Amino acid sequence: MKYTLVAWMRDKPGVLNRVSGMMRRRNFNIDSLQVGHSETEGISRMTFVVDGDDRMVDQVIKQLRKVVDVTRVVDISDRPAVIREMALVRVATTPQTRPEIVQVVNIYRGDIVDVAMDSMVVQIVGSEDRVDSLIDLLSHFGIQEMVRTGRVALLRGATGKRTKRSTAVWKAQASNGHHAEKEAQKA
Amino acid sequence: MTQSDQSSYITDEPRRMTGAEMVWEALLHEGVDIIFGHPGGAILPTYDALSAHEEGGRIHHVLVRHEQCAAHMADGYARSTGKVGVCIATSGPAATNLVTGLATAQMDSVPIVAITGQVPTTLLGSDAFQESDVVGVTQPVCKHNYLVTDVNDLPQIMKEAFYIAREGRPGVVLVDICKDVQNDSGLFRYDYEIDLPGFEPYPEVDESAVAAAAQAINQAERPLIIAGHGVQLAGVSEQLRELAEKAELPVVTTLLGAGDLPESHPLSLGMAGMHGEAFANRAIQSCDVLIAMGMRFDDRITGSLDRFAKQATIIHFELDKAEVGKNIVPDIPVIGDLAKTLPDLLPQVNERKHQIWLQELKEWRDDTTQTDIINFEVDELIPPYVIRQLWHSTKDVKEGAIVVTDVGQHQMWESQYYIHDHVGQLLTSGGLGTMGYALPAAIGAQMANPGRLVWAVAGDGGFQMTLQELAVLKQERDLPVKIAIINNGFLGMVRQWQQLFYGKRYTGTPILAPDFVKLADAYGIPGLVVTKPEEVAAALEQANNTPGPFLIDFRVKEDVNVYPMVAPGSAVDDLIRRPKPVVVQGYSGIEPSW
Repeated sequence: MKYTLVAWMRDKPGVLNRVSGMMRRRNFNIDSLQVGHSETEGISRMTFVVDGDDRMVDQVIKQLRKVVDVTRVVDISDRPAVIREMALVRVATTPQTRPEIVQVVNIYRGDIVDVAMDSMVVQIVGSEDRVDSLIDLLSHFGIQEMVRTGRVALLRGATGKRTKRSTAVWKAQASNGHHAEKEAQKA
Repeated sequence: MTQSDQSSYITDEPRRMTGAEMVWEALLHEGVDIIFGHPGGAILPTYDALSAHEEGGRIHHVLVRHEQCAAHMADGYARSTGKVGVCIATSGPAATNLVTGLATAQMDSVPIVAITGQVPTTLLGSDAFQESDVVGVTQPVCKHNYLVTDVNDLPQIMKEAFYIAREGRPGVVLVDICKDVQNDSGLFRYDYEIDLPGFEPYPEVDESAVAAAAQAINQAERPLIIAGHGVQLAGVSEQLRELAEKAELPVVTTLLGAGDLPESHPLSLGMAGMHGEAFANRAIQSCDVLIAMGMRFDDRITGSLDRFAKQATIIHFELDKAEVGKNIVPDIPVIGDLAKTLPDLLPQVNERKHQIWLQELKEWRDDTTQTDIINFEVDELIPPYVIRQLWHSTKDVKEGAIVVTDVGQHQMWESQYYIHDHVGQLLTSGGLGTMGYALPAAIGAQMANPGRLVWAVAGDGGFQMTLQELAVLKQERDLPVKIAIINNGFLGMVRQWQQLFYGKRYTGTPILAPDFVKLADAYGIPGLVVTKPEEVAAALEQANNTPGPFLIDFRVKEDVNVYPMVAPGSAVDDLIRRPKPVVVQGYSGIEPSW
């Protein structure tokens, strides 16, 4: 399963290296990583997409928290959040295909941000799925070059009761994982 | 140097000084009196500023012969005192030489601050002479590290470095200081509030978890404590003993937990794991509640994770959240400092007896005694006998001797045949398994504890990795470290694996050694060769009674293996037992420990 984690860290030289180095060293699988400024000066914000299971993600979170420069880590995978990705795609065009491409891009509510004689640059912002499927369609026309940002995510306002993820994982595991297995063996 | 020399010098007045002076000023504020290091170009300004403090008797510098050993010495100093050890080296090769020592300390949660010189800021990244990316290189083996490029940041960084190294689960912090920063001047003050929002050394204790643990312990019929290094780090060995006695809980330990409960205590089962006694491992596989305290379920303890204590409810007392659930998912995690959780737990645990369980353990233990290798007549010099004799010759020393082992067979024999009755008396590289650790770490421990008896026990292989530090013994005015070399002409543990798992093809394991006694003599250190069992006791006595250093070269039988042994990947109770002994009538050998 894919998990979305958000981490805040002190904006210091080498912090990205500390975090990515830890991930590599611990053999965690990162699908994407996006980093930028947060609302607080001196604090950067990273969004990770991690591929793994509950136990691994629990480790990722805990190991991230051990990095001294990381100030906060939140798993937003099962919390209401706005998750977006942006892609820029330069797609090959001919006079014949151009209108069709424009039509497709409009359907996806993308923007055409640059037009040349034999290509155009399409910008799409949306959920990963939407970006994926537009890119799929555009690939029929010939993609010359493409860049994707990876997921960025923001929690929605005023969510209900919050549970701390790591405890939740323990409780879940204690109630139906490891312990249940033992109970079954005993029975 | 004494604390009073230091305290009369220290002042809180902010003062202008060079970066080099700030380093020492900060160390004095941290109460550091001994440092281990090796000078060089990029750290020269700092060494220059040391002279005033050396002359003033405030800080003593121990010159090492290889930077790896500076880290090991700081490690030995830190493990034997609980204080932060400090090592210092120059840039480039010196800093990369430190890495093994730092990794050793970090793996075993030993607090060290390492100071390295770096090329001037103007040359950073230019592949300058003796430049290496020290912060990059040491990042994976450090708790945290810093590159200092502005003298005004230096005091605060030094304070943070000590704080991070010491607080919470201890570890290694490296401070890499550019040469021009050491020369620049700035204002030194040390009254900074530590502001590290991302550093949570002592997580809040969940009282309900402690209560749940107490309940599980109270209901247990076959409880077992497995105690690790954390008990020692938190300074709760007394409380552990109280707990064990109150509820009659038998205790096994990890290698680094040796002595958490005195090993001659009736409830002690000694070390568990790959070379733990069969009854200790069997206890793990048979208990109904396993109470893990300050340990991390290392693979050398657990063997196959899939078959480790599956029957048991596992309670894990641990300070480092990330260790909880990393290898073993506990049923009851109790996160927090043992210095808090254990006293919290004590009153909630009921007094009770576990007669049947203890009887069962006793039977298993008696069974082990039958096969114990030192129960049969020793006509050749075998290593377990040497170790047991070492214990005999040092057991009555006040506070116990400090025994520093290297890595390999002798390390395991030491853990099996030396009876650790004093918490923290064994210093060894458990996590990283660094050969060459014993001598330098023993030097560090002896420097920190001038009045105590310190023994370095090493194999002929490991000893040859750092034997150049013999010179330090001499240079430090005959530092009285005693050295026992368990010399079997092989890289013994590797040879054992080759014998058991690699078709007896002994590739690269026969090892030539110099005449260690002559070598010691070249350094001006007295020594003896011991080849027969009957010479052991007298040789040890001579070493103990000789002022200053002493080396004994024990020429032991070459093909003795360490048993019991859990083959890698096996369950911990699926082990290779000791071979059946030849029972000799009328043997009046030494008493076995179990």
